[in-house]
Amino acid sequence: MPKRAARTHHPRGTAPVVALAALALLAAGCVPGTDGSAAGGGTAGGATAIPDPAKAGKVTLTVWDQEIRGGTNAEVEQLNKEFQRAYPNVRVKRVARGFTDLKATLKLAVSGNNPPDVVQANQGYPDMVAFVRAGLLAPLDNYAGIYDWNTRYPTTLLNHNRVSADGRRFGTGRLYGISQTGEFVGLYYNKDLLAKSGLRPPRTWGEFTDQLARLRSDGRLPIQLGNLDKYPAIHTFGVLQSQAGAAPVRDLVFGRAGRFDTRQTKDAAATLADWRRRGYLPKGANGLGYDDAAKKFASGDGAYLITGTWQLADLKKAMGDNLGLMPPPPATAGGPPVSTGGQGLAWSITSRSKHPEVAAAYLDFLTSEHAADVMTRHGVLPAVPGKAAARVPRTSVDGQMLDTWRRLNDADALVPYLDYATPTFYDTLSEGLQGVIAGAQSPERFAATAQRDYAAFMAEQREGDRDAAAGPGPQRDGR
Amino acid sequence: MKGAPRGPARLIGRRYARRAPGEPRAVGYLYVLPALALYGALLIFPFGQSVWLSLLHWDGLTAATWAGGDNYHDLLTDPELRAPFAHALILLVFYSALPVAIGLLLAALLSRARVRGMTFFRTVLFLPQVLALVVVGVTWRSILAPDGLLNDTLEAVGLAALTRPWLGDYDWALPAVGIVGTWVSTGLCMVLFLAGAQRIPRELYEAARLDGAGPIREFLAVTLPGLRPQIAVALTLTIVAGLRNFDLIYITTSGGPGNATSVPAYEVYHRAFETNQVGSAAAIGVTLTLLIFVLTVGISRLVEGRRT
Repeated sequence: MPKRAARTHHPRGTAPVVALAALALLAAGCVPGTDGSAAGGGTAGGATAIPDPAKAGKVTLTVWDQEIRGGTNAEVEQLNKEFQRAYPNVRVKRVARGFTDLKATLKLAVSGNNPPDVVQANQGYPDMVAFVRAGLLAPLDNYAGIYDWNTRYPTTLLNHNRVSADGRRFGTGRLYGISQTGEFVGLYYNKDLLAKSGLRPPRTWGEFTDQLARLRSDGRLPIQLGNLDKYPAIHTFGVLQSQAGAAPVRDLVFGRAGRFDTRQTKDAAATLADWRRRGYLPKGANGLGYDDAAKKFASGDGAYLITGTWQLADLKKAMGDNLGLMPPPPATAGGPPVSTGGQGLAWSITSRSKHPEVAAAYLDFLTSEHAADVMTRHGVLPAVPGKAAARVPRTSVDGQMLDTWRRLNDADALVPYLDYATPTFYDTLSEGLQGVIAGAQSPERFAATAQRDYAAFMAEQREGDRDAAAGPGPQRDGR
Repeated sequence: MKGAPRGPARLIGRRYARRAPGEPRAVGYLYVLPALALYGALLIFPFGQSVWLSLLHWDGLTAATWAGGDNYHDLLTDPELRAPFAHALILLVFYSALPVAIGLLLAALLSRARVRGMTFFRTVLFLPQVLALVVVGVTWRSILAPDGLLNDTLEAVGLAALTRPWLGDYDWALPAVGIVGTWVSTGLCMVLFLAGAQRIPRELYEAARLDGAGPIREFLAVTLPGLRPQIAVALTLTIVAGLRNFDLIYITTSGGPGNATSVPAYEVYHRAFETNQVGSAAAIGVTLTLLIFVLTVGISRLVEGRRT
């Protein structure tokens, strides 16, 4: 056993190891970035007139986005090509990654020495707000004025991309990005299955819930749901919760007022649990993947599917004319619909970009009326639909999507994603809702757990306000 | 290394030339220097950085603040942080204990009976080790789906009452993920033990049989002690793999349902990249490293019977 001999040889062998470890620890004392050196300037672009990228000389614009799905990918590719044709001196270097991959690497990229010029930042505290607090994104209010974004976009949508100047609040303050696409959570339905049970798309919420019972007694699965990936139930729950009123939920998410453990929350959670108990949702919802559930719905398993417009292209490919889409039906027939939704990830300019004006022109191009028409042709929902949208037949599923989007915006009835509320709300909600669906957590306990998370963050925010008021802190983040 | 040493090595070599052969010489450190430099730069130094980070509150972007032992204190007091470690220890039963036990059983059976097509069985059982864990995760996710292969099979044999959404069931998700680990590791253990069993002298078995030992007695008296070094290796490898387990959880359950399958390695990723709690993530990582270190050293002492 030569191994044993070698080992017993050095009783003092531990001393160098300890010394080495101590040395490594000392040397590691300076982990790059922990002193906040990664933070950038955060100055507003000083432009006063419409920038002309043609005069910018030779420019390479590095763009990081996550639009890798069919329609959106094609639409971005085409617009990039057109932008480069319009400005031959500009080269757009596109880096496209999936949502989670982008999320994991973006923080390192924007805080590095050579950040991309344009990035797609996810709204909410963990990403966009954190970047703004570190001064890594450039405010766009100037450009919003120059390019008329303020009038072109609904205020509710622009607000989702705002962060307060101190980088602590979300939904108010300066504009840090502009979104290309709109999205909302709607009711997809299988026309065949509804017809087989003698049903038509419901006009009221009451009619909808009656239909669920009917479908169930006919031996059909009323609502398809796959919640293994944890987040889908947040959307289902959001729709249920918002039916009892959009305004209070919106105030809650943006931290303006209210509590989370209200009747509204508990009732919505109770409905979800009830649907599961009555068999309106599949028995194994917590064990079924989100994409698998969409595939099952597309192949005729489930009369309804409650999810976002991002699924439309894939569902349409499989179901054709058999697919319908409608908003959650209102309480009274003909009333305004309410649903969870907002817009795609914001396109933002990094504060250390060397070509902020070219980047701004690029953002304007991506969100222009022409871009909206390109998006419509690729089956993507533009945040502000253009002329091409009017030519889409109203009865087609794309027409239904555009029509619903218009109605939701006209009624100002979009409720933001609930997980925007606190930095940890995604975990709190997704874990809690899995429990509610499994019957392992009562609606009361779910509401109480969510409120605990919410109250803790609100207290933290108030404390930050007091610190900020008490005196000029040495640092931006004042912590 | 028989060639005459050159340069500084020769100088040092001359200095120690009069020592008795076999005595440790400082020149040894020179030989390990290149490897040590690489190891230090790529492993020890980053580990030191992680230790440093674990003593800070840092969101990854703005200036960090000193946390001292806060992050470690949270590990002990916060149930959200204790749970992943508890899950990891439970998973060790599936990732380490079961594979070693099954591997021993298979090795004992296969080495006694001359099986036709032995190479084939060995390859098939070893195959999971060769597959990327992502592939394994995706495959098992579909097997364990509500209408996946497992539930279909149960229904076909009349056990419909047992079917459940395995990965979405609060009680069964952890064992379900564990079984995947057992499936992955068993082949490795078996191949290790088979190789080890071939090196046990045949005479020992003959002697045992002459003394009237049955198959069980023979296994306990000859095979098991003979396989001690292999068991130590198998335990070490599977424990390390089990505690580091990230890919399978990431692919199959993302720590759900609720947090029923959250494990430390997944928590490190989640906190560092998704919720901007870099200090806390580093504290979990450092603790996990120490846990692996203590367990593996303990195993090699206990099973292999080493002593300093």
